[in-house]
Amino acid sequence: MIRIEDLHKSFDGVQVLKGVSCEIHTGEILALIGGSGHGKSVILKHVAGLLKPDRGHILIDEVDVYSLGSSDLEQLRGRFGFLFQGGALFSSLTVYDNVAFPLREKTKLSEQQIRDRVLSVLDQVGLKGAEDKYTAQISGGMIKRTALARSLVRKPEIMFFDEPTTGLDPVIAHTILDLIQSIHKSLGFTGIIVSHELSRVFQIVQRVAMLYDGVIRMIGTPEEILSSKDPVVQQFISGSTQGPIRLY
Amino acid sequence: MGRMGLFLAKTFYYTATPPLKVSWVLKQIWFIGFQSTLVIFMTGAFTGMVLGLQGFYTLNRFGSAALLGPMVALSLIRELGPVLSALMVTGRAGSAMTAEIGIMRTSEQIDAIELMGLNPYRYLVVPKFVAGIIALPLLTAIFDVVGILGGFLVGGKLLGLGEGTYFGEMANYLDMTDVAVGIYKSLSFGVVVTWVCCYKGFHSGFGAEGVSKATTQAVVLSSVLVLFWDYVMTSAFF
Repeated sequence: MIRIEDLHKSFDGVQVLKGVSCEIHTGEILALIGGSGHGKSVILKHVAGLLKPDRGHILIDEVDVYSLGSSDLEQLRGRFGFLFQGGALFSSLTVYDNVAFPLREKTKLSEQQIRDRVLSVLDQVGLKGAEDKYTAQISGGMIKRTALARSLVRKPEIMFFDEPTTGLDPVIAHTILDLIQSIHKSLGFTGIIVSHELSRVFQIVQRVAMLYDGVIRMIGTPEEILSSKDPVVQQFISGSTQGPIRLY
Repeated sequence: MGRMGLFLAKTFYYTATPPLKVSWVLKQIWFIGFQSTLVIFMTGAFTGMVLGLQGFYTLNRFGSAALLGPMVALSLIRELGPVLSALMVTGRAGSAMTAEIGIMRTSEQIDAIELMGLNPYRYLVVPKFVAGIIALPLLTAIFDVVGILGGFLVGGKLLGLGEGTYFGEMANYLDMTDVAVGIYKSLSFGVVVTWVCCYKGFHSGFGAEGVSKATTQAVVLSSVLVLFWDYVMTSAFF
């Protein structure tokens, strides 16, 4: 279980998180929704141990992430998979080598075992035949799928998806979300997904948390969020320009 | 300065403790060292030629033209070889190091490495650091040899100083201490250039502007530090 307790964070004097608290149960996917610039990705990076909070705690299986030394943190991160907004692929490596990279560097698998595993994951994300292409030679959707394959290749226990469908056409976006759903069924990871693709995301997650003005405004099942009477939640879900939400 | 010092300390620590990514080091030696040879060759040749020309006319006024060889060799081996090689490497490879690491920072590739449970220092900094320490003395040696030959081309072939005088006097006035000073300097410049350039890339700001700013700062700071450190070492060795 992941527990976020009273998380505070400022950047250059601007307070982005003002006491975020929530829990993500083992095996569930939580959707983190909210306006752009409200700190959703900042929360993800805190949970993954990439940013240090000004105040508050992140507990993963009751272990405080920020109490860990560098080697324990490295070990903990071995349980993570992270799909970055831009993919964060290594441009000097091919699709195959990008996906094989964590296996080569973090496991003692033979090159044949790595090959079998990489090809199987690439097949799973529909990238069979693109192994030898470099990132400059593939489309945005293929970059996202390669990044997804790389984050899944070590069968992570905890997955973070930072806007996995941003910049993709609706078909590719739905393909990526379908993939996340099917892989979640087979691997059973605990996940946090940040996305603006609300209608489809609500079908694949167990709970939704809405971030507004630096705190969690509401947390509940997709049905509870959709039927919420909170004017902020209602305005965000409907995408209306009229309402209490301030534009940044 | 504190953050830079901490960065250097971490780099030394990860360099001294295994595992060392040998293939990554070799790739960087290729990039920093081999791919800089042409620019080092050209710079060395013209520096030696200018020294030969200036030195010949200056020494000739005092009737000491025979000492052109030692003058060119001492200037190159103790000072100009290490310093100009370091400045050339800063401009050619150092700026590229900063830009590469900076782009990896802004495109979250460094975060991705960390989230794989890997240490980005071992992959991005240590290979460049080790390669810089290995490549700079070798490039300096090339610079020195080419420069001495360039000095002879002008002083000997064009202005008529004998081959025996040029090289013979050089052997009389030069000793291993001079060569050692050049080596120590180039080793330390290898540290300075890779340290500053990697640090600036690692801590670059966001976007194209952040990376370009970091690259400029890396080249300027690294060049100034090379010249400052050259003065410190020269004072220490005299």
